[in-house]
Amino acid sequence: MTGSFRAATGGHIDRSRALRFSFDGRSFAGLQGDSLASALLAHGVHLFGRSFKYHRPRGILAAGAEEPNALVTVRRDDARCTPNLRATQVELYEGLEAHSQNRWPSLAFDVGAVNDLLSPLFPAGFYYKTFMWPRSAWKALYEPYIRAAAGLGRAPAHADPDRYSNRYAHCDVLVVGAGPSGLAAALAAAGSGARVILCDEQARFGGSLLAESADAHGPAIQGEAAAAWLARSIESLRRNRRVTLLPRTTAFGYFPHNMIALNQRLTDHLANPQASLPRERCWQVRAQQVVLATGAIERPLVFPGNDRPGIMLAAAARSFLNRYAVIPGTRAVMITACDEAYRAAIELHQAGVAIAMIGDVRAEADGAWPAAARRAGLPVQTQITVLGTRGRLRVKAVQLARVDADRGVIGGIQTHACDLVLMSGGFTPSVHLYSQSRGKLVWDETVQSFIPAQAAERARSAGSCRGVFSLAAVLEDGAGAGAAAARDAGFAAAPAASIPALDAAMAGYAGALPQPQAAAGSKAFVDWQNDVTTRDLALATREGFVSIEHIKRYTTAGMATDQGKTSNLNALGFVSQRLDKAIAEVGLTTFRMPYTPVTFGSFAGFARGDLFEPVRTTPIHDWAARHGAVFEDVGLWKRARHFPEVGEDMHTAVARECRAVRSTCGIFDASTLGKIEVVGRDAVTFMNRIYANAWNSLPVGRCRYGVLLREDGFVLDDGVVARTAEDRFHVTTTTGAAPRVLALMEDYLQTEWPELRVWLTSTTEQWAVIALQGPNSRRVLQGVAENIDLSAEAMPHMSVAQGRVCGVPALLFRVSFTGELGFEVNVPSDYAIAVWEAIYQAGAPHGITPYGTEAMHVLRAEKGYIIVGQETDGTATADDVGLGWAVGRNKPDFVGKRSLARPAMSASDRKQLVGLFTADPRIVLEEGTQVTQAPGQRLPLRPIGHVTSSYHSAILDRSIALALVAGGRARMGQTLSASTAHGEVPVRVTSPVFYDPDGTRLNG
Amino acid sequence: MLLIACPYCGTRPELEFVYGGQAHLARPKDPAAIDAQDWADFLYVRDNTRGAHAERWRHTHGCGRFFNALRDTTTDHFIATYRVGEPPPVFTGGPKAAP
Repeated sequence: MTGSFRAATGGHIDRSRALRFSFDGRSFAGLQGDSLASALLAHGVHLFGRSFKYHRPRGILAAGAEEPNALVTVRRDDARCTPNLRATQVELYEGLEAHSQNRWPSLAFDVGAVNDLLSPLFPAGFYYKTFMWPRSAWKALYEPYIRAAAGLGRAPAHADPDRYSNRYAHCDVLVVGAGPSGLAAALAAAGSGARVILCDEQARFGGSLLAESADAHGPAIQGEAAAAWLARSIESLRRNRRVTLLPRTTAFGYFPHNMIALNQRLTDHLANPQASLPRERCWQVRAQQVVLATGAIERPLVFPGNDRPGIMLAAAARSFLNRYAVIPGTRAVMITACDEAYRAAIELHQAGVAIAMIGDVRAEADGAWPAAARRAGLPVQTQITVLGTRGRLRVKAVQLARVDADRGVIGGIQTHACDLVLMSGGFTPSVHLYSQSRGKLVWDETVQSFIPAQAAERARSAGSCRGVFSLAAVLEDGAGAGAAAARDAGFAAAPAASIPALDAAMAGYAGALPQPQAAAGSKAFVDWQNDVTTRDLALATREGFVSIEHIKRYTTAGMATDQGKTSNLNALGFVSQRLDKAIAEVGLTTFRMPYTPVTFGSFAGFARGDLFEPVRTTPIHDWAARHGAVFEDVGLWKRARHFPEVGEDMHTAVARECRAVRSTCGIFDASTLGKIEVVGRDAVTFMNRIYANAWNSLPVGRCRYGVLLREDGFVLDDGVVARTAEDRFHVTTTTGAAPRVLALMEDYLQTEWPELRVWLTSTTEQWAVIALQGPNSRRVLQGVAENIDLSAEAMPHMSVAQGRVCGVPALLFRVSFTGELGFEVNVPSDYAIAVWEAIYQAGAPHGITPYGTEAMHVLRAEKGYIIVGQETDGTATADDVGLGWAVGRNKPDFVGKRSLARPAMSASDRKQLVGLFTADPRIVLEEGTQVTQAPGQRLPLRPIGHVTSSYHSAILDRSIALALVAGGRARMGQTLSASTAHGEVPVRVTSPVFYDPDGTRLNG
Repeated sequence: MLLIACPYCGTRPELEFVYGGQAHLARPKDPAAIDAQDWADFLYVRDNTRGAHAERWRHTHGCGRFFNALRDTTTDHFIATYRVGEPPPVFTGGPKAAP
């Protein structure tokens, strides 16, 4: 029932628990313990997907994370739909629904396969070469087609409904990989009392031991069967409370200072996961010591037609047979460059698979396993190469030939019918994480691979990931590494008796198999996932690429989600053959994180929805919300943008709010203003050095508009500064810049002028600010202010007083950002709402009207008041925006002064702030609109400035715009042109002060 | 994420710190006396060191203080951290110890 290719016995599967699942709508049965790949192979399904570029039929190449072909989409519902999962890593559960990808209309008949015939159009770097003409066709035709045809799976269109979690952890020894070396390392480290975390990407611990035969042919460890040792070891670790075991957990990133990122999958293997469980957990582990026991990956062989379904790695076949009790074919041909693969042939032979031929590419095969194969009666030939394969959706035959050293064929071409081809080019140590840690890799002649040399972090590699392969040596190596790691973390662990030697047995072959001169034509794949063939690499070298990093990018070999797991060394070997350079000289590309793809959800963790970022609200927020405010985001702040009444749109509401401020009184929540208290004996000296203005002359009780420059002379921030005592300044900043300004002040104070006795304190959230603006504002305040003389004589524009408002201690400013008579009431935040409501009530007879940031913007623009970051962009000087008067040029020094002396800073053609009136008063220009010379210029138009602010002014009943225009102040009255989506709009240059230019209302 | 030893608070994760650029670039005492080229160098020109780099960090979410560090730009390992006003430790290269 669970497949006609299921062996009668063996495997780490539960034969009592059958599971229903579907693939492309077809229903199958599998067993608990199956992967999606093994369950389908058990039914004789070998066609899993279509290749990325050529849409070639593809099957299973490998049994684990290195699988490049069998990418599938697993779907629970429309939102829970995960593309690009490797079928070899998908654990089967009851009801699992899987779909193949990158095919239409069906996997067996895929229209996109025409790309395989059109492949001359798609060589390496094809996007630079073909599909270039006509130029307009690229965007309209070629790119959409190529994007649609190239492919991986589709991301779900719905929001991800799953929960994701994250956790920080610390440990003495982190062991990555729970194969024999990792287990031995964890046992040794845990035995010393160290806190150990052991993680493995698979559901079961055991690594390569899981692919070992469990019968009498299987290996023994310390006198017992490997399976028994494995169970005992895991149990021993489980019982140790200082050990954390993390199965289904991939160490995908190695970051500086021994921080390793782990992706733990908690529910993907469950048929009905509880909604309360996180789907994944991202661990950030800070480890004292790390043991990398990441194993080795078998290398494919590179020959024509090596990608047909049914052609797989020898170790993968062993894994399917011994771990899943799946027989991956009936008649097999094996091509190998390494002794280890013979075990696969022997075990498959014992399981009833006919072995048609073992072709060894080496000149000799005399090791123990080849001898055992010959004893078992299996046909073995050496000096073999593969000329090609046949079969469309499954391999049907292989053409072999013996070749001599000059690639001459000896004794004719042999054709072997088969439905399974096993290949082994040896094993590549898996050094991805080690390379991410910036550890140095060296080419090793014995192992014929790059292996770890000088670690950059407190890490050591153990087992086959450093070129030690035999089981006994791997165990010894792991135990030694675990003990050494524990010792370096401060625990007493016995040092290893010896360090196992590197092993040549798995060296194998790198590059393309030799081909007779005549043979050419069909594709020999190096990188299955990215569809890179020997022809692409040959083209790259022919076109002059010599750096392996460039060849990688040009051909895409080893890139993307695969990270060259099966392809890297073959690509290097091939390039080394072509360039006639040793592999060691060709060098290695950098491995990137993640080792295998990680979901976005895992990275986001809890930081989504309401927890994505903090929200800052003022004490008046709830009142504003109750009164119908529409809010806008300003940094993290929520600010009331306008207060529409029933039936009003924003335009109407803002116009009404503006008229209220100009005619009666508006009330505005300015609490988000940044506030910094500058206190101390040297406060005035500090202010003189930091701000461009002169401060000595500012008496206590008065305010001044302050401009802060960067050292390069450009405007950084502005705000009103009040002197509240001889040694105390109340500095305000723009809403968004408060932390930046405080950090800049601290920087100068701590590092340039440490001798100054000044203390800086952020008081942004201590003071709430209630602005009252308009001709009635004094009258409103008179009802609520105590002990403060509000008369124009006692409290002129730009003054500050301390007293009480509504019985609450208050700092009262007479300031205006609207051009009207205005006050800003600063009260401690806790009292703010009570004061606001009292003022609002007191103001009712005077027509008090709440207004928002939009009206504030219009009102200030009518007066030509700039907003830093809107009128300025980091290249505007104070003079450019009309603030030259504020700069204390007679001061000996201040931040930015030296830069202002540069000739370019006072050039007459600098962009200067001007006002613009559109000829048609109804047109409101878009902010950012480019301004050019007078209308009707010849193309191309050269912008001489841009619009920085633009609004409809209710009081002027027309549009107004502020703009930065080259030499603008000398252009008063000129007609320029604004370039809009609807054509050129004539504009007249005018003063940036549109309303009450004499300031009579302000000083009222 | 780096681990950074604040000279005032001890070792803390990078999250608590803000990078402050190259260290030991004192603002000229009298900028007006500096010629344009020297001033431009002070403003804009920075070392791009391969190896030990003296740089400023601020323990923003801790004590709030600036301090200096010697960091190996090839490994991101800190060779030393030290207080403002102290000279950079003598570093002669050689194998870099993991932290």
